[in-house]
Amino acid sequence: MTKLAPVLSAHWDEKDSFTLEAYKRHGGYKASEKALAMDPDAVIQLVKDSGLRGRGGAGFPTGMKWGFIPQGDNKDHYLVVNADESEPGTCKDTPLLMANPHVLIEGCIIACHAIRAKHAFIYIRGEVTHVVRRVNQAIADAYAAGILGNGIDVVLHIGAGAYICGEETALLDSLEGFRGQPRLRPPFPAIAGLYARPTVVNNVESIASVPAIVMNGAEWYQSMGTEKSKGTTLYSLSGHVVNPGQFEAPLGITLREILELAGGVRKGHKLKFWTPGGSSTPLFTDEHLDVPLDYEGVAAAGSMLGTKALQIFDETTCVVRAVLRWTEFYKHESCGKCTPCREGTWWLVQILRDLEAGKGTEADLTKLLDLCDNIMGRSFCALGDGATSPITSSIKYFRDEYIAHLTNGGCPFDPVASTLFVGAGA
Amino acid sequence: MAFSPEDLKIMESIIGRYPRPRSAIMPLLHFVQSKAGYVTNEGIELIAKQLELEAAEVTAVSTFYTQYKPSAIGEYHVGVCTNTLCAVMGGDAIFASLKDHLGIENDGVTEDGKVSLEHIECNAACDYAPVVMANWEFYDNQTVESAKELVDSMRAGNPKPPTRGPNKLVTWKEASAVLAGLNDGLAHEGVQAGQPTLLGLKLSKEGK
Repeated sequence: MTKLAPVLSAHWDEKDSFTLEAYKRHGGYKASEKALAMDPDAVIQLVKDSGLRGRGGAGFPTGMKWGFIPQGDNKDHYLVVNADESEPGTCKDTPLLMANPHVLIEGCIIACHAIRAKHAFIYIRGEVTHVVRRVNQAIADAYAAGILGNGIDVVLHIGAGAYICGEETALLDSLEGFRGQPRLRPPFPAIAGLYARPTVVNNVESIASVPAIVMNGAEWYQSMGTEKSKGTTLYSLSGHVVNPGQFEAPLGITLREILELAGGVRKGHKLKFWTPGGSSTPLFTDEHLDVPLDYEGVAAAGSMLGTKALQIFDETTCVVRAVLRWTEFYKHESCGKCTPCREGTWWLVQILRDLEAGKGTEADLTKLLDLCDNIMGRSFCALGDGATSPITSSIKYFRDEYIAHLTNGGCPFDPVASTLFVGAGA
Repeated sequence: MAFSPEDLKIMESIIGRYPRPRSAIMPLLHFVQSKAGYVTNEGIELIAKQLELEAAEVTAVSTFYTQYKPSAIGEYHVGVCTNTLCAVMGGDAIFASLKDHLGIENDGVTEDGKVSLEHIECNAACDYAPVVMANWEFYDNQTVESAKELVDSMRAGNPKPPTRGPNKLVTWKEASAVLAGLNDGLAHEGVQAGQPTLLGLKLSKEGK
């Protein structure tokens, strides 16, 4: 049985955990003090040695990303933190920032020092007013205490409701004051990012993981996790479970273990399908309960670790309805720049709506897969690719359920049965 | 409405946050909403003037993002998450009942101007599903009944406080000022975390 290992979440249960005082009580800003006294390259090496990989979905080694920033180029460098948490099912950065914004600020200081940047921007989604307050106050308190403003500045930038801005180059365009649309790569942000300057874009959890690594060393971090997926991470369990919530554990824990901690699937029901890392990662079923939830394990089983957003659906849930809803989301959020994604997601929705209403034919399933094939890999960013994941994986595992909609002339499920308040008279 | 000299000063300070002025478009649009309630033509013209852009360039940005509203909305803007997980767990039922209860459709505003309604996408609180947002504050673990009570309390002028947020729900305009990056001094209010956020930590302390 894998043991939980709270590092990021270690002090979230203290009432004032978000204050500078509480953060300092637990050694806060000692790591940045230590890092600022180190050679920047040594900090990069330390993060490389720790094995930390990006927690925003792609899993790219964080230290290596920092190492791509050209040095001695006499250009401004920037750190941009991606706090635009919007991937369906993903709910880790938001509670982290609500409970402990200072750990992100300290991580920013260390990362800025490492990549020789004077400016960090935190791009946070706009639909979380209270989290914005907490981060803004933490930045103000850090300035007042002289922690910021001595060569490193942090600016909070607040989004306005566009999922696509979680994609790093769209985020940069948005931060520059444009419509948030992805850029063609290369050049990568490390060469030409914000204002065409060398830029590191990292997820909140990645940057927030850095202070503990600096304090405790690469070896300590390496001692947790699996061979290629080191450290601890936040797994976010939601859906039809007895106790949903955040579980910080070493990489490689399984859903079976997390479900046991959470009291299992809700009473009287059984697991039907789940996402390992948000809606853009191919669905898993009860066959995958023992897949190690690390980058390699999930990939070997045909999906992606993504944001570790474990959305659990029991047998009362219609998979066609679930997939249609996600597809409507991708259609709505497609920025419109690339034709395969803009047009493709629109057609996916039309066909899925017909299928859900029992109006399609079996040939529509082939057409869906064909469309997915034509969307996959054909756009600037991965939004369109993500849109195909729930469709192709659900047809793979639940083809019969799609057919049942056709033979039944509509959805055979009762939507009330899947709600939380079924039987509560609501 | 006219923007006061003081407003213009705030707008200048927002521009001053960035190495390049154009980056300030988004907070300036939030600021315009904090004054006018939505993105007015006057606000667009003013931002364009301050950033030395064409009004069309500012409009192009404004219309890309769903949080910028092209017309007046409610003092309390209610968003019901109907992305898959929340929808399945009750979000669809909550949204349908609120439309019926308020007598408005998606993007509608009640006649008294108190409440507007929108179905929203995933708001990063899935472990608190079904989730309702009001002026982008969290109302966790909602039911059809609790959501109706919430909008009733808004129409009565005494809105219920958020689950994870300040002690009192601020208005749409006040929330927009926060999203423009202005500090309203309420960061210390409310819980640091809800129960689901703390579940793993609690179990770990029990030796799990």
